Amino acid sequence: MVTTPAANLAALLPYAQRFNPDATASERVLVPLARLAEACATVVQQGPARLVTMVGLDDRAAAGGFRLVYLFRGLSDSLSVEAEVPAANPVFPSVAAEVPAAQWYEREVHDLLGLRPEGHPHPQPLVLHENWPPGVYPLRKDFDPATAVTVTGAPAARFHHLHGDGIVEIPVGPIHAGVIEPGHFRFAAVGELVLHLEARLFYTHRGMEKLAEGRNPRQVLPLAERLCGVCAASHAVSFCQAVEAVAGVAIPPRAAALRTLFMELERLYNHLGDLGNMCAGTGFMVGSMRGSLLKELLQQLNERLTGSRFLRNVCAVGGVRRDLDAVAVRDAAQTLTDVERRFTDFVSLLLGTESFIERMKGTGILPRQAAVDLGAVGIAARASGVAADARLEAPHAWYGHLHVPVAGETGGDVEARFLVRLAEAMTSFRLAQEVLAGLPGGPLTSPVPELPPHRAGVGVTESPRGENVHWLRTGPGGIIDRWRVRSASYPNWPVVTVTVPGNMVPDFPLINKSFELCYSCLDR
Amino acid sequence: MLKILRTALATGRVTTGYPRERTQAPPAFRGRPIYKAGACDCDGACVAVCPAQAITAGEGTPWALDMARCVFCGLCEVACPNSAISFSGDFELAARRREDLLVRADSTASRTVERPPQHDHNLGQQFTQRVRARLRRSLHIRHMDAGSDNSTDWELNTLLNPVYDIQRLGIDVVASPRHADLLFVTGPVTRNLALALQRTYEAMPAPRLVVAAGAEACGGGVLQGSYATAGGVNQCLPVDVYIPGDPPRPEAIIYGLLLAMDSRR
Repeated sequence: MVTTPAANLAALLPYAQRFNPDATASERVLVPLARLAEACATVVQQGPARLVTMVGLDDRAAAGGFRLVYLFRGLSDSLSVEAEVPAANPVFPSVAAEVPAAQWYEREVHDLLGLRPEGHPHPQPLVLHENWPPGVYPLRKDFDPATAVTVTGAPAARFHHLHGDGIVEIPVGPIHAGVIEPGHFRFAAVGELVLHLEARLFYTHRGMEKLAEGRNPRQVLPLAERLCGVCAASHAVSFCQAVEAVAGVAIPPRAAALRTLFMELERLYNHLGDLGNMCAGTGFMVGSMRGSLLKELLQQLNERLTGSRFLRNVCAVGGVRRDLDAVAVRDAAQTLTDVERRFTDFVSLLLGTESFIERMKGTGILPRQAAVDLGAVGIAARASGVAADARLEAPHAWYGHLHVPVAGETGGDVEARFLVRLAEAMTSFRLAQEVLAGLPGGPLTSPVPELPPHRAGVGVTESPRGENVHWLRTGPGGIIDRWRVRSASYPNWPVVTVTVPGNMVPDFPLINKSFELCYSCLDR
Repeated sequence: MLKILRTALATGRVTTGYPRERTQAPPAFRGRPIYKAGACDCDGACVAVCPAQAITAGEGTPWALDMARCVFCGLCEVACPNSAISFSGDFELAARRREDLLVRADSTASRTVERPPQHDHNLGQQFTQRVRARLRRSLHIRHMDAGSDNSTDWELNTLLNPVYDIQRLGIDVVASPRHADLLFVTGPVTRNLALALQRTYEAMPAPRLVVAAGAEACGGGVLQGSYATAGGVNQCLPVDVYIPGDPPRPEAIIYGLLLAMDSRR
């Protein structure tokens, strides 16, 4: 491994053609298709850098072919590595063979755009299930969503089957016993010991990226807010930031501060509820009920402040559309003080319950190297010694004015994720109070003119689950031509399956709850 | 252990009085839309701005807002130059028929009264009586997420918390459709879940009820025209009660469950 990081990621690829039509976007390079996998592996290994998102584009009408965009973030800069894929032969060298973090992105681009990753270690359908005929690619520009697509026999899902004495295969889901989102998990177990776990997701795929195409940004924002319930504020801000980056618009300080407040309120109700859910994962019902009461108090605050328990309908392109008056500010400050006091008691209850802590120690370990290789983000990464937080890596909204310590653990087990979540919640109480105490005056929105065509923009926030990335490209007339949503759950779901083998089957719900990922903002 | 008991006693009772008592949503909450026909000059701004295509209006078409699709974002209120649209605090919006969710200009069709006729302060007692009479003291719900954005699902979970505590009303959530009286469906029914939804419904013994909860389940919400969704639960199953909202508040869901109980005559 190279020890000296490159001053500039683009410098690692002397054969690449630099171009940058967008004044505000990160550096972009075009590489020959044959060298795409090599280029991406070089950037990751020698940068060092992390794969942030990957986008497939149907540019056949404009440029005669398809386009792939791999976005990386290094220690001090970002780089977009791009390649053109010929329409006549839509095949590309799989980057996933050397960069495991690219696996799901490449399977998705095959399903939705028909671009085949040659050499992919696991080239199975990801997004479209057996009810979708092969050869029909919904994100291609010539696919009309009104087309009646018949449910013809696409190949059935394939799972690895383990054989041996006493090995039992346990399929679970998509419908589960509790009130939870749908996903399928297939265990291979001997007695209660899990040998292997595969996950099959995208049951809640709603085709939302296609819906955005051809719409103006103000029409897409309500879609962004409804990708997910519990990451609604984070998605709204990420989307608006991507639009504002293309427009070259800075939002007013009051809007930046309010966006930050809403995102920290979102982090708080999620973290407090998730800590309670972890108790449910161990059968510790007193903790579970206490946690759910704290979450309820915060969601009631959300509703008083914004009309929505999930902080929807607060953002606008160019700023925010919901203000807080002096009464609301006081209500928020007092409620947060009260909930923080109750939270402190709640924490001492949990830390003082040995049976609960014992279930978490050593369970569901995510090794640091696996977290790095798979591009894990958020709490999953920080609990395994990977200190990454979009509030610091990609400062946005009001975070530049605030001190955000990065909570971190190295154990990588359920307990580590529990402790990181706990520390982050304590920080969020302080951040929210700081914002409330120092809310700047002024307007709520900046005017945003019609977007220039053929420009790419990226918006990044730190949702309760981790880095949330919206990539978009505009078309003529200021419309959105392509919208790629990469929520924190996207890189993290593959990570979950790595942590389960070696644990007991009943530990799976606990491990799952320690990550607390979303299905709906993964599936879109 | 003692510490737990002490804290529990100190916390006291946190459970809401709803449905026995009336409760009020906070002023910021957007509930039932109210349309002032006299103020409207039919410029169509509301139709254009609605992300769920919930408003129909125009030449020869009387104004109507479909609460089944409505996501209560308030963009129509902002867009209207004459303030013809506003939102009340009424959250008891559930209805048995899809057409009862239309908010119209003429007052006979739109339920512009402050509270719908069937609400009264004995509702809670009536509800428990009905549950006992028909289902011998319990209503068991099987939850099915048919591709939702998880907001309404989280609110169903919330009904089991100490504040709403639906178990005090004789309602519980069960693990198997075989044990269920009512199928609580969220989401627009995605292609990838259509078969699972059908099988779950078929596994439920009669008598069985179906509730569509949330904008996507009631009418497809903001997902109109998607290649991957059916546009609402009623495209796949017979729906007994629609609970609109994005998502519906916990108390609005309780109200909807009450209505579902009532349809078992």
